Amino acid sequence: MKHMGRKGSFFTVLVLGAVVLAAAPLSAQQPATPSPAIPSSATPHSTGTPETNLTSKSSRAMNERLAQLDQRVTAAQTSADNAWMLVSAALVLMMTGPGLALFYGGLVRRKNTLAIMMQSFALMALITVLWALVGYSLCFGGNGPVIGGFEHAFLRGVGAEPNPDYAGTIPQLTFMVYQLMFAIITPALITGATAERMKFSGTVLFLTLWFLVVYAPLAHMVWGKGGLLSASLGGKFPTLDFAGGTVVHISSGVSALACALYLGKRTGYPRQPMPPHSLVLSFIGACLLWVGWFGFNAGSALASSPLATSAFVATHFAAAAAALSWSAAEWIKNGRPSALGAISGGVAGLVAITPAAGFVAPMPALAIGFIAGALCYWMVTRVKAIFGYDDALDAFGVHGAGGTVGALLTGVFAQQLINPIYGAGKPVGGLDGHWGQVGNQLAGVLISWAFALVGTFVLLKIVDAITGLRVSEEQEIEGLDITQHGEEAYNLEP
Amino acid sequence: MMKLEAIIQPSRFESVKDALREIGIEGMTVTEVRGHGRQKGHTEVYRGREYTVDLLPKIKLEMVLPDAVVNTVVETILKTAKTGKIGDGKIFLSRVEEAIRIRNEERGENAL
Repeated sequence: MKHMGRKGSFFTVLVLGAVVLAAAPLSAQQPATPSPAIPSSATPHSTGTPETNLTSKSSRAMNERLAQLDQRVTAAQTSADNAWMLVSAALVLMMTGPGLALFYGGLVRRKNTLAIMMQSFALMALITVLWALVGYSLCFGGNGPVIGGFEHAFLRGVGAEPNPDYAGTIPQLTFMVYQLMFAIITPALITGATAERMKFSGTVLFLTLWFLVVYAPLAHMVWGKGGLLSASLGGKFPTLDFAGGTVVHISSGVSALACALYLGKRTGYPRQPMPPHSLVLSFIGACLLWVGWFGFNAGSALASSPLATSAFVATHFAAAAAALSWSAAEWIKNGRPSALGAISGGVAGLVAITPAAGFVAPMPALAIGFIAGALCYWMVTRVKAIFGYDDALDAFGVHGAGGTVGALLTGVFAQQLINPIYGAGKPVGGLDGHWGQVGNQLAGVLISWAFALVGTFVLLKIVDAITGLRVSEEQEIEGLDITQHGEEAYNLEP
Repeated sequence: MMKLEAIIQPSRFESVKDALREIGIEGMTVTEVRGHGRQKGHTEVYRGREYTVDLLPKIKLEMVLPDAVVNTVVETILKTAKTGKIGDGKIFLSRVEEAIRIRNEERGENAL
């Protein structure tokens, strides 16, 4: 308890500093305004007044040439946007495998290494198939308030033509495969909370159902046309979520908490030491996550636009600031900054900037990072210890907490200068002059929390009855690698 | 015949081995072990969880020696394994009843 005073004041200073840092340059921000995507139909060729000495024939020829030019401009933009979006899709897949698989793989004890990696990889395969059959359609088909429809089931009608509701310059097939990568990493994040004790069969069944029952509706509500929380496509509570603060991080993080509570603690926790078996693996994983996150956030501009650059910069800045603030907190508390702390902080910053990436300027991005790094440090070191839940790899402490604070701060720091999502001249976030947005963000956060908590508890009950959730105590002690998969991560002696 | 078991700091092992070779000791069995005597371990902190690592890595040397060389070997180990800090380890000596070479069934000190 004697640390409380010092630590309390440390957080106060940090938060105050961050707010000052963010607010000061708000007015003097360089205009990173996205140049509006060149609308192909806006070229005023069709109304050009032919000069009187031109015959109607040459006028027609002129129009044809202009139309051709217009087509070429559109094709060029499609080429550029499509190139970036395909790269982004690949980057986001890299976040799950190998990024998250290594990050989590290093944090578990060696007897569970392959099991946790296998869960990430299994989702790469499983969600892809589900996505092709119904997943994409449930998220992005139809225009209901809660869930999409079946119009794109089996990818019907998803081809080279763009879907102007979502991304007007890239093939819908590109948009589809890009969004798929988000659907893969989100359930994979939950495995951080169930690590080292959940059956493989139960994990597969639970995450399959979770994808259909929790992820798909949330993705539709926030990003889908007509969704309840959609900011740009007619939602009742317009929630700003650029790249998945609610859809990806709150949903997975809060579900992770529900799983940790339902499953109970690992045998021997917290009495028995369970140190990470290889922080080298975790380190490589975290660095891959950082790089992959550029595809995640900057790719969410859905075009190779100035807005993508803005999101790229914000993402990078927040990660750096959060790595520093977590490390600083650790340095003050323990007298030494650790590598695990620095990479955990980096990830916390990436999580928190995810909803904000395409709405905030660089200085607010630094502020969001600073706050998220310190907050998540406090969540995993103090709050987890106080409540005693066994969130094995801190999926809730980092993704749930980081996603929540990021979503709320998006409402504070979003600027029309960066992204005029409500139309030209209309303020977006609180400091922009629209404090009501913080209320909208809160509504989005609460709905996401409630949806994830209830959905997860119900699904866990169902899966518990069908396959069971936990391995037996003997299996847990022997390790999931041998008992669930019949192999070992390290066979160093022949 | 005496059996000598010495538990020493891993950092001193190479010097001890070289010194023993210089005085003509050829055979030994070496094991990497973990343990502690009076030396305290250290703490490691992972995301706020503290672990005390109290079993520290050590090297255990085992050799069975003819009575005549025991004192020389003990002195050599004392001289080369000592750093003067807690955790330098210990030497244990015990009598050995019999030694048999498996290859030709020689017995006693001839088997060493």
